[in-house]
Amino acid sequence: MKLLTCPMNGPRNIDEFQSFGPVRARPDPNATADRDWSRHLFRAENRKGIVIEWWRHVPSNYFFLAERDLVSNEVIRTFDVSELPERA
Amino acid sequence: MNRLPAPFGSRIDRSRPVRFTFEGKFFEGYEGDSIASALAASGQWVLSRSFKYHRPRGILSMTGADANALVQLPSEPNAAGERTPISEGLRVSAQNVNGSLERDRDAVMDRFGRFLPVGFYYRTFMGPRRDSWLKFWEPIIRRKAGLGVVDTKAPHRHFDKTHLHCDVLVVGAGPAGLSAAISAAEAGADVVLCDENPEIGGALTYGRYDPEVLSGLASRLEALPNLKVLTGTVCNGWYEDNWLPLIESDRLHRTRAREVILATGAIEQPAVFRNNDLPGIMLGSAAQRLIRHYGVRPGTSAVVLAANDDGYRTALDLLDAGVSVVELVDPRPAGEAGPLETELRGKGVTIRKGATIEAAEGTVGNRHLARIHVGGSWIACDLLTVSIGQAPAWQLPCQAGGKVGYDASTQAMTITLSVGSVHLAGAVAGVDELQDAIASGRHAAATALMRLGHAVAAEPAVTPKSVRPRYVQPIVADAKGRDFVDFDEDLQVKDLQNATKDGYREIELVKRFTTVGMGPSQGRHSALATARIVADATGRSVGEIGITTARPPVGPETLGVLAGHHEVLERRTALHARHVALKAAMKPVGAWWRPYYYGDASSAEEAVREEILAVREGVGLLDVSTLGKLEIRGPDAGEFLDRLYTMAHANQPVGRVRYCLMLNEMGSVVDDGVAYRMAQDQFYVTATTGAVARVYADMLFWNADWRLKVDVLNLTGAFSGLNVTGPKARQVLKALDSDIDFSRDAFPYLSGRDGMVAGVPVRVMRIGFTGELSYELHCPSSLAPSLWDAVMAAGRPHGLRPYGLEASRILRLEKGHILIGQDTDAITTPDELGFGWAVSKKKPFFVGKRSIEMRARLGQTRKLVGLQFPAGARNIPGESCLVLRSGAPVGQITSVGYSPSLGRHIALAYVHADDQAQGSRVTVKCRDGELVEVPVVAHAFFDPTNARQEI
Repeated sequence: MKLLTCPMNGPRNIDEFQSFGPVRARPDPNATADRDWSRHLFRAENRKGIVIEWWRHVPSNYFFLAERDLVSNEVIRTFDVSELPERA
Repeated sequence: MNRLPAPFGSRIDRSRPVRFTFEGKFFEGYEGDSIASALAASGQWVLSRSFKYHRPRGILSMTGADANALVQLPSEPNAAGERTPISEGLRVSAQNVNGSLERDRDAVMDRFGRFLPVGFYYRTFMGPRRDSWLKFWEPIIRRKAGLGVVDTKAPHRHFDKTHLHCDVLVVGAGPAGLSAAISAAEAGADVVLCDENPEIGGALTYGRYDPEVLSGLASRLEALPNLKVLTGTVCNGWYEDNWLPLIESDRLHRTRAREVILATGAIEQPAVFRNNDLPGIMLGSAAQRLIRHYGVRPGTSAVVLAANDDGYRTALDLLDAGVSVVELVDPRPAGEAGPLETELRGKGVTIRKGATIEAAEGTVGNRHLARIHVGGSWIACDLLTVSIGQAPAWQLPCQAGGKVGYDASTQAMTITLSVGSVHLAGAVAGVDELQDAIASGRHAAATALMRLGHAVAAEPAVTPKSVRPRYVQPIVADAKGRDFVDFDEDLQVKDLQNATKDGYREIELVKRFTTVGMGPSQGRHSALATARIVADATGRSVGEIGITTARPPVGPETLGVLAGHHEVLERRTALHARHVALKAAMKPVGAWWRPYYYGDASSAEEAVREEILAVREGVGLLDVSTLGKLEIRGPDAGEFLDRLYTMAHANQPVGRVRYCLMLNEMGSVVDDGVAYRMAQDQFYVTATTGAVARVYADMLFWNADWRLKVDVLNLTGAFSGLNVTGPKARQVLKALDSDIDFSRDAFPYLSGRDGMVAGVPVRVMRIGFTGELSYELHCPSSLAPSLWDAVMAAGRPHGLRPYGLEASRILRLEKGHILIGQDTDAITTPDELGFGWAVSKKKPFFVGKRSIEMRARLGQTRKLVGLQFPAGARNIPGESCLVLRSGAPVGQITSVGYSPSLGRHIALAYVHADDQAQGSRVTVKCRDGELVEVPVVAHAFFDPTNARQEI
């Protein structure tokens, strides 16, 4: 079983975590056409490469971010939401 | 009897005979015998019939890895007869037999073999009709094929799971593994060493080695308290980040190791020639295991096929065991005689060089080996041992990312692992000499220790002193066939050659077309030969062909091991004991146990009716502790709820309670509850029992994303809830000692108060719920029983009655209150529920807002309405019964029940949007197919003006 390093709790078995999917840009709901809004809701990109994903450590209910290579499944780093570049 | 005297038989205890039966006949063995060894000791060599041709099969490897020796135990199919110990009275039978093992009616299949070419099933059983395979052929073939029989009445066994953590896990306790484990432990690392065999030592326990080597290693091992040895333990897979399941009979050790050393050894390979599957033909190591482990003489007159030193050592072992060795056949060309050859010649054994076994012949019915054909002549013998080469045990290394290759210079299959936390040692790394294996164990340990940060001296990598190319027997198809490559699946050389001719040139395709390697041995004895055959047939190298992907598990594992010791988890409210004392019928609702009604099962209907009437006419008490309870605190609490729920909460006055409805991003209803604003920066919010875990997670997710100044607490378990409801509810509460003014004006509908009731700190909310005057009292769970007792005592003069879940469901249905998940589905919008009033039109944003606006533009197709059946209606449709319009389904019944207050059945149902008006009549299809017409009525069947809840 894979290990995932929680920024708060350290390395834990991956079955203690829940994935909440990649961090995505949220279009302005009031300035988006129906068609584009539907795409935003129902189309996941799933491109090869490195993604930043939301993860939850279930026992402690802590949400954090992980940078993961979708090809090798290597978790490059995990970090707190406050370190997300566009939010810093 | 084929039993040898001590010291042969390291595993058996001759003082303890054990009786068991095989195929109904009595046999006797010794404590420590495996089924196969005990049978072999008594001269029973045939253990099973083969999968396709029903040919007699016996001991091949003595490792339990192949189908030859799989047997049926009373409550366990496919038991490995070579590994499973005998026990007193054990009943063993043969598998894959039609009739008896001796007289198998399907043995005739062997003669029809040429009509069963590879791919026969795929091609033949396609017709005549489209469904012929599924309906006709498959059931017949299923009965013919398959191995053991599952005993569905098998007694329960105790399985358990434990966790194991170590610095270094060493898999395989042969010379390399022992040396690695000892080196690592002597350096101070925390080491676990596991081996599937009942003792440590691996090949040292059955091979022709100096016993001092093993005893020397064993004594060093015993002196190490930080080295845990698990024998009889199979490492059945490698998973990411060194997570390995170690199966010790019925216990699963889930092991996390920082470093892993795989010393899994090598797998001796069979030779391919006509009738190479006869009982009496076995691997050299199998003969050695029989002799040394079990003291069983594997035959009386033997021919030894030896293309390496192991074969010569086997011949010497056979002589020691009193077997007459007729001839040793060495396919290698004559060269200088080594010491083993000189020793054998000295003992009078004929050695024939440059020759090989061309074919074998069996006794009547092929029940045992009778003679073999070598160099143009037949030699009579009852034992042929085969030592022509080995393949590294690639399963675990490949799962850990190892790549299989083929070294053309040494003619050997190789495994390479990239630098990391998994290391190879010993034969699996291509090291075969004993001292080299021990040195490679030390090297692996040193590498692992350095990675762990131990200051150890670097060990040189092992370079074998002399690299001798291995001799590789060419594989040529026999004109008459029966030259088996895969014993499990009865596949011959020509089957694989034909597959390549049919265009299946890649190894993964050959596997799927022919089923090679799909049997219990998973290619242990066939993968290398298959790669060679395919390489030959397609003009490529063995390295280019490779082997098929190895995946966990390495060997079969019982479902019990995976399931482990399993207790059903249940949640009880703080008031559970009170309900039980009141003779409540407790029912599981998800993980929670809740009172369904109070009273005997014989008068259940009456009890529910009385509970409903008590609430409508007097006062009732319901345990609502299972409700989700969330506390939102912080300066942005109102803003947070505004974004999450459809109604406006930022402007909600302190002390007020507001309904809250949650949508997902698709605009579908996912939860509802009430929010009580306790302070400017504090809300107490309820969520439905089943959804609270997800609602809480979603809140935390949005909070992480939005980063508002709020904190979310899940108080579901910490707080309990009591619902006091009915026209007399206020009288009951007023009778209690409290600092809260429960009068109508001081505590109006949809407001909340906190204070003390009967000495218990409470949060009280006046809500609709049953449609009667309702107060919901929430308090810390530890104090809930005393609050319950106080309310019960205060309510006694007013006829207060506790009521259960069924009464609550009907009471709510009478009011048309929806249940999320019951009356809503994945696409329900607020509009479909008629909940437009609960959706703020003013808020700029809330989750799902954009989507419901978009969905509204698509047009509404269905609506949730009330249906009221005439009093005395005979046929009442159940939940999920379809609502039809012009014969086509447009919706379904979501909730239905008998309302004692109205004296008739009522239901909630989705109907076509055009039928939503009161008085429309809709058609519903009952369970028995009858169509009934029902009038649409207002949602609130009872007290439609909601006057009663506001008194």
